[in-house]
Amino acid sequence: MAETDGGPPPPHPVTASIVLGLAVGVFGVSFGVLAVASGLSVAQASAMSLLVFTGASQFAAVGVVGSGGSTAAALGSALLLAARNGAYGLSLADVVTGRLPRRLLAAQLVIDESTAMATAQVEPADRERGFWVAGASVFLFWNLGTLAGALGGGAIGDPATYGLDAAFPAGFVALVVPHLRTLEGRVAAAIGVAVALVLVPVAPAGVPVLAAAAAVLVGLRTPPAGEAPPELAAEEPS
Amino acid sequence: MSWTALLVLAAGAYGFKVLGLVVLGGRQLPAPLARCVALLPAALLPALIAVQTLTTDDRWVVDARAAGVGAAIVAAWRRAPFPVVIVLGAAVTAAVRALA
Repeated sequence: MAETDGGPPPPHPVTASIVLGLAVGVFGVSFGVLAVASGLSVAQASAMSLLVFTGASQFAAVGVVGSGGSTAAALGSALLLAARNGAYGLSLADVVTGRLPRRLLAAQLVIDESTAMATAQVEPADRERGFWVAGASVFLFWNLGTLAGALGGGAIGDPATYGLDAAFPAGFVALVVPHLRTLEGRVAAAIGVAVALVLVPVAPAGVPVLAAAAAVLVGLRTPPAGEAPPELAAEEPS
Repeated sequence: MSWTALLVLAAGAYGFKVLGLVVLGGRQLPAPLARCVALLPAALLPALIAVQTLTTDDRWVVDARAAGVGAAIVAAWRRAPFPVVIVLGAAVTAAVRALA
């Protein structure tokens, strides 16, 4: 078992993935409840968790729909959030090995948790195992939780009574923390929040969050320290 | 939300995953573009948090949700487990709402 220099040992993929899966299952219950509260049927909530399988996108889609946004705004907001799975996929291309059918199956499991679990490991074999175990665990518990929440949602009354409307943003808080560990992540977050809040009174539901995507342009201006190519570092700001 | 929209969303979400892992996987993206893509959730999720916490329809509102999400932020900042963050956010919101 390899050790990283001075860092904590990587989490055991199986144990951590089961814990992670249970946590996601709780989140899945919240999604199931809130999806039904936003007007989706139980079948739709379950199908979304099976087929879309991207928590942030699903919450975004249901959130926009539930707050009266258009289908186009819901899809746009959800797909913008799903775009990061493309970036995850790029970073996992060396981790997930095998033939095309295996990689096409793996693609559905490319999410926050599987990426985090895989890249937390040191050995290549542990990385791939972490990806599959975390992906499978999260897929199982996310879908079981969604079904339970969607079925039970009608019986427990108005979700707002239990503060479950705040479970949306509270869950996103937990998901966003890793993105705030870098300066450019924090700057993008601050700009995104400002853009969205400024637009809320004047733009249709969904548009403020879509427009916050413009904040990623900060990535063009602030390369990580020590990694800037000379031509980029010498470039004039425009 | 219609079934058609749901299936379009499913196709789009899977499309991004396949695009990264299978289609473009292993190739080199320009560094600035890669940084921008990686920053999408950093820009969008906090915006979504802010909109869902501090607005109702097209108005800015500070209510029980702000207390609940504030508690969630503190919990997440102190590395509380994921379920704790969610349950705390909901519980504090419900408590403030019940007391108001």
